[in-house]
This record gives sequence, structure tokens and C-alpha cells, in this order.
Amino acid sequence: MTDFVNLTIDGKPVSAAKGTTVLEAARQAGVNIPTLCYLKGINEIGACRMCVVDVGARSLQAACVYPVAEGLKVVTNSAKVRDSRRTTLELILSNHENKCFTCSRSDNCELQKLANDHNIKEIRYAGEMLEFPIDRSSLSVVRDPRKCVLCRRCVSVCKNIQTVSAIETNERGFKTIVTSPFNMPLNETPCVNCGQCINVCPVGALRERDDTDDVWDALNRPDLHVVVQTAPAVRVAIGEEFGLPIGSRVTGKMVAALKALGFAKVFDTDTTADLTIMEEGTELVDRIKNGGKLPLITSCSPGWVKFCEHNYPEFLENLSTCKSPQNMFGAVLKSYYAKKHGIDPTKVFVVSVMPCTAKKFEAKRPELSVDGLPDIDVVITTRELADMIREAGLDFKNLEDAQYDNPLGQGTGAGVIFGATGGVLEAVLRSASYLITGKDDETTDVSIVRGVDEIKEAEVTVAGVTLRAAIAHGLGNARILLDRIKAGEASYDVIEIMACPGGCVNGGGQPIVSASVRNHIDIRVERAKALYEEDTELHIRKSHKNPIIKMMYDEFFDVPGSHHSHKYLHTHYQPRDNYPENV
Amino acid sequence: MGCSCCGTDKMAQELDRIIAKHKDTRGGLIPVLHEAQELYGYLPMSVQKQVAEGLGVALADVYGVVTFYTQFSLNPKGKYKVSVCLGTACYVKGSGPIFDKISSILKIKNGECTPDMTFSLDACRCIGACGLAPVIMVNEDVYGRLTVDEIPAILDKYRKMEAGIA
Ligand code: SF4
Ligand code: SF4
Ligand code: SF4
Repeated sequence: MTDFVNLTIDGKPVSAAKGTTVLEAARQAGVNIPTLCYLKGINEIGACRMCVVDVGARSLQAACVYPVAEGLKVVTNSAKVRDSRRTTLELILSNHENKCFTCSRSDNCELQKLANDHNIKEIRYAGEMLEFPIDRSSLSVVRDPRKCVLCRRCVSVCKNIQTVSAIETNERGFKTIVTSPFNMPLNETPCVNCGQCINVCPVGALRERDDTDDVWDALNRPDLHVVVQTAPAVRVAIGEEFGLPIGSRVTGKMVAALKALGFAKVFDTDTTADLTIMEEGTELVDRIKNGGKLPLITSCSPGWVKFCEHNYPEFLENLSTCKSPQNMFGAVLKSYYAKKHGIDPTKVFVVSVMPCTAKKFEAKRPELSVDGLPDIDVVITTRELADMIREAGLDFKNLEDAQYDNPLGQGTGAGVIFGATGGVLEAVLRSASYLITGKDDETTDVSIVRGVDEIKEAEVTVAGVTLRAAIAHGLGNARILLDRIKAGEASYDVIEIMACPGGCVNGGGQPIVSASVRNHIDIRVERAKALYEEDTELHIRKSHKNPIIKMMYDEFFDVPGSHHSHKYLHTHYQPRDNYPENV
Repeated sequence: MGCSCCGTDKMAQELDRIIAKHKDTRGGLIPVLHEAQELYGYLPMSVQKQVAEGLGVALADVYGVVTFYTQFSLNPKGKYKVSVCLGTACYVKGSGPIFDKISSILKIKNGECTPDMTFSLDACRCIGACGLAPVIMVNEDVYGRLTVDEIPAILDKYRKMEAGIA
């Protein structure tokens, strides 16, 4: 039984569960209190003082951390409260580089909105701007401290959710700055490029590295065969960039937009997600049968792979040697596809549209190339694709649905669900019987592995083989799981790990959803719903039943795990120091 | 005499002992950093890395604490530590320009040390000699009621001492 307390908010009687904050109680009562640093479940520290309210105490209190109490009288909208909020805002704005025109977050900026909502027309204080250079060292994340409002959301997500701690709040007072230790360039820190910091930043202080120019350039070159692949999670999120509700599935419009941008072929990463299942499933069965290294841990999340290289080198042998679906796709395009269609592989230019900033880093790994050709030429995020669509002047919402091209535009339901936490494991289980015995079984929907519980476990017996499986999403959860295994408290045969909480649907390259929405809608759940919907609509829902996959093996790769597939579809990993150099 | 920085093996071992002593106490980071600073005179990256690894915390956490508290220093100290009081009384009487003068003569900024390790420069809070404002200290020597013009001579004195001319 929850205990309730009675209070009033702006004179309105409200009943709220004990332990609730004033902010939450006000929201439930339909009273809006502005916030800046607060992000539910991630950053609840009462630092910015935008959400101050009058609770009858001597000073105003931060509603995001102030608990409700019996008889409390809260005033959210008095002259004193408004004044205080305005002053706070003006102080922030006084040393903020106000350059909305050229800012990645213009129109989608929580600070800009606050300034508008508080009717700020002038800034009374002349703050001194600290000169901090933009850090462009990372292949994935660009940091611009001059736009930082010191809300610390990125620090919280990096430290508490991802347990990476690449960045911190450093110095104090007026000199306070969020940076990496010793101001090291981000690419020299243990940053895993997940981009979760970008997604939580209320302003334009963090953004992805913009690679759209390289795509435009390639599209302009008549000698290139420019092909694009789209990861599953993109189709259930890009609509948000054009005003559609969270969880809208816009596969057909997205494909139409890509065709209008001028790509020679629009393919679906789902196809090589199916290929990954064949290779990785075979690897799992082989390791079980032949006493190989277990648990087998998935390797399709590049943020997770880099985290493992930095923090858990002892598990590198557990990682599947399979390349990620993104890189398998590139390798297939520059080998099988080029050969089959008589195209010079050096003229095949592969663009990936990914929900992920870490994919940009993955694409540049030197080991992910075959015969001197990198698997992938450019990676753009969901947000960057939306930028290109706007730049091209396309009316996204009203585009006629189009279909992926053949032959590599046909994935199965198993490939689609890769985009949500648990999806890879579910896809493996759908094909497990076939991979073990050569015969299919009934397994299709495996609901125990779905959902956003932090660590999920399942024990499934397929064809007489019992698989102990675990799933972690978010690197903090991965850390908990691996520490348990290290301590001998748990043991599994197969583990799926995704760097981002919720999996790729919540990747660091996805449309940014402001805190006011995230504070009461779980975007991970909404977007995943749309993926499972697409899965059930596809008539082939198991990877091994994909006719394209069968064709690829018949015509090129022979069988899963063959010499040929190892050359093109597998890779290796290396331990990485956390901080390589002393300064 | 050279500087007492950069871990000899013996110092690193001593640091390990310091870390071990505080490893299981909550909030052990700050005492470890204090003792590490006593040992090395300052807290360079190599020391912070050893502390982070030893205590099982991120380097970012260590660096955040080191830069937050003014008593920790990222840079080595010179043989002659010049501190300029920027407390209110001194500041009002013009210690700002004095600081700038020293900074421009020595070509170092706040918290830094000259490449030859002779001088380091720090802005400090009130040292309790407000009657003498503006005040600077060079190691234990106090100089009060200063003007900018007197600065070159003071610094010269220590340079000459260093060169064995005095
Ligand atoms: S962060 Fe927001 S307020 Fe600042 S320049 Fe960008 S859009 Fe404008
Ligand atoms: S990209 Fe991920 S790991 Fe890197 S700083 Fe941001 S949150 Fe931390
Ligand atoms: S970079 Fe963004 S998220 Fe991080 S503290 Fe600054 S404003 Fe907040």
C-alpha cells in the first residue's frame, strides 16, 4: 500500500504518494514547472534552480528534489518565483554562446524554449565568455563547451548509466567546465562513442560528427555506385524529426526519401542481421558442441565492443567474431554484390544510416576492411539523414511509400527486432532449432526476452540443448552482469549486450526528445513497439528462412562459418588502455 | 637541486601504500590525494592514474576532485613559490596588476612553474596580513605595501641567489 499525503499546489488540493517530489506531484496535477537540469531517472540533482517553487520556507526550493509532505502549500507561480527563475535564466544566458542560427539544436533546444517561455528579450548581465575550443577529436561526438549550461546530464549518463566516466564536471565557480580529465581530446579517453550524452543534452553543446558532406559529395560523383543501408531502428524514429508521434513507423517514406536523394540502391541492414544470425548462431552451436569459449557474447554494438576492450579484456575471447550487421553489409556489397552485378568493388560506395554514433567509429576500424577496401565508407545517423532530407526540400510526411531494392532489401522479422534490446537473442532462438538439427521448430515470439528490465535472463531448451541466456542493455548493466560472471555468481551460454539503454531504438544517433517528454514517456518502449509490429507483419520471421540468405550462401559464402565467410564476415578485437599517455 | 617530481619507483611504491591504507574507507579519495601531494609536491597525470586504478574509480572522478579543491595542484612548484594574495583587501589595493606583472616577467600563468623549475606562481586567498596589503610571499618571505615597480627587483634577488651571485 502506498501512503498518500495531501498538499496544495497553487491553492489546488492534491494528493500524492509519499516520497514523490513536488515536481512530479505538480505534473500529475497538471501544473507545469519549468526544468533544465532535471531528467527523470538520469539526472535528479536540483542543480540549475530553474524549477524553484515557494513552499513557505525562507528560501525557494528546487521542486525536482523537494519531497511532498502532508499539509505542504506549494506556490509555483508568484512574482518572487518568476523573478528567481528569470534571474537564473539570464545568468545562464549571459555566458552562453547564443548563436541559435548555426546551432544543431535550434528549434529543439530546451534553453531556447525556456528563454521564450520566460519572455526574455534582453539579458541584463554581461557575463564573461570563457574561451574553450570545440573538441572535434572524436569520430562520433563533437563537444562545444561554450554552449554548455552545466546541467550535468551528460556526466550523469556517462558515469551512472554507462559507467564509462569519460567526462566530469571540473574546476569550480565561474571556471566550472564539463570536460574529460586533463582536457584530453575525447578520442583519447575511454569514451565508447555511444552518444547517450548527446541525447540527454538540453542544448547544442553536444552533437554528432556531421558526415553529410561526404554523402552529398559521393552522390555527386557519376563514377560511383552509391548504395545506402538502413538499420532497423531508424524507420521507427525518423518520423519524429518531421513532427510525427513517437513510435511512428515510416519505413516506406524513409525509403522513398533515400531514393529521392539519389542513392542507386536502397537496401535494408535487416538482411545482414539475418546473415549475422546464421554466422553467430553457427558459432554458438559450434562453441557448445566443441567446448569453445562460453558464454558467447554478441558483438553487434560497437559501443559495447569498445567498452569491453577497455574494461573487460578478459572477455574479448567471449565476443562473437562476427562483424556487426552494418559491416557485414558493406563486406557483402563490395564482394558478392559487386561480383554478381559486374561492378568494380572500388566504385561501390557504401553509406549506412544508423541510429548510432558509435557506428561512425566502428566503420573506421582498420580491421573492418577486406583486401584494402573498408567495408563502410560513411555512416550518418538518423538525425543526419533527417538533415539531408530537409536540405533537399523533401516533404517527408507526404512522400509516397516506396519499397527497398532487391536483392538486399529483404530482411525478416528476426532482422527487424535487432533494433530493440533482446532482439538479437530472440532472433537466435527463432533459428536455434534449425542451426542445431537442420530442422525448424515452432519458436517465433519469445516474449521473456523483450522489455526494458535492466538485466533479463531466460533458460530455453531447443532440440534437447538447454541455453542459459542473459541480456543487458546500457553499459552499467553490462558491467553488473560481467562482474557477476567474474565472481562466479552466474553462468550463461549466450549473452546479448547493447551499449544503449533499450538497445538501438534509443541509440545516440536517434532523434532527440526533450526532457519534458522523456520525463513521462518511455521512448524506448514506444519505438520498440513499432519494431515488433513490423516483425509481425512480415511473413518471414526467421533468419534462416530468408531466401536471400540462402542464395548468398549458395552463390558465394558456401556455408556459415566457411573459409569464405571468415574472410568477409568475421573480425577480431584488441585490449585498449584507458588513458594511453601521460601529460 | 632538481625537482622532486615524476615517480621514481620508490615513490610509486609509497603511493601504493597510501592507497592501500585508505582503500576501504568511504571518501578515501581526498585523504589519498592529500598524502600523494605531500609525497610528490603536486598531482601529475601519472599520479592521478595510479590513484584512480588503485582505488577503482575513474580518472575523471579523480581529476574532478583535484581541480575542484584549490589546495591540490596539477603543476609542480618551483624552488621559489611566489604567492600573490588576491583576498579582498589586497585586491582593492592593487594586487591584480602585481599578479599580472609577475606573470608577464616569469611568462607563466596561475598555478604554473617556470621551465627551469625556479619559480612557480599562485594566486592565493587572504593570508591574514591585510595591514600590509598588497602582499606577496616568496616561500616564507613576506613583501608588503608593494607597488608594481618593485616587482622586478624582488624577483631578481631570487634569480641572483639561485645563480650563486648574492
Ligand atoms: S544551445 Fe540553444 S540557445 Fe544556445 S545557441 Fe543553440 S539553440 Fe540557441
Ligand atoms: S559518447 Fe558515451 S561514453 Fe562517450 S562521453 Fe558520451 S556518454 Fe560517455
Ligand atoms: S554538455 Fe550538455 S548535457 Fe552536458 S552539462 Fe553541458 S549542457 Fe548539460
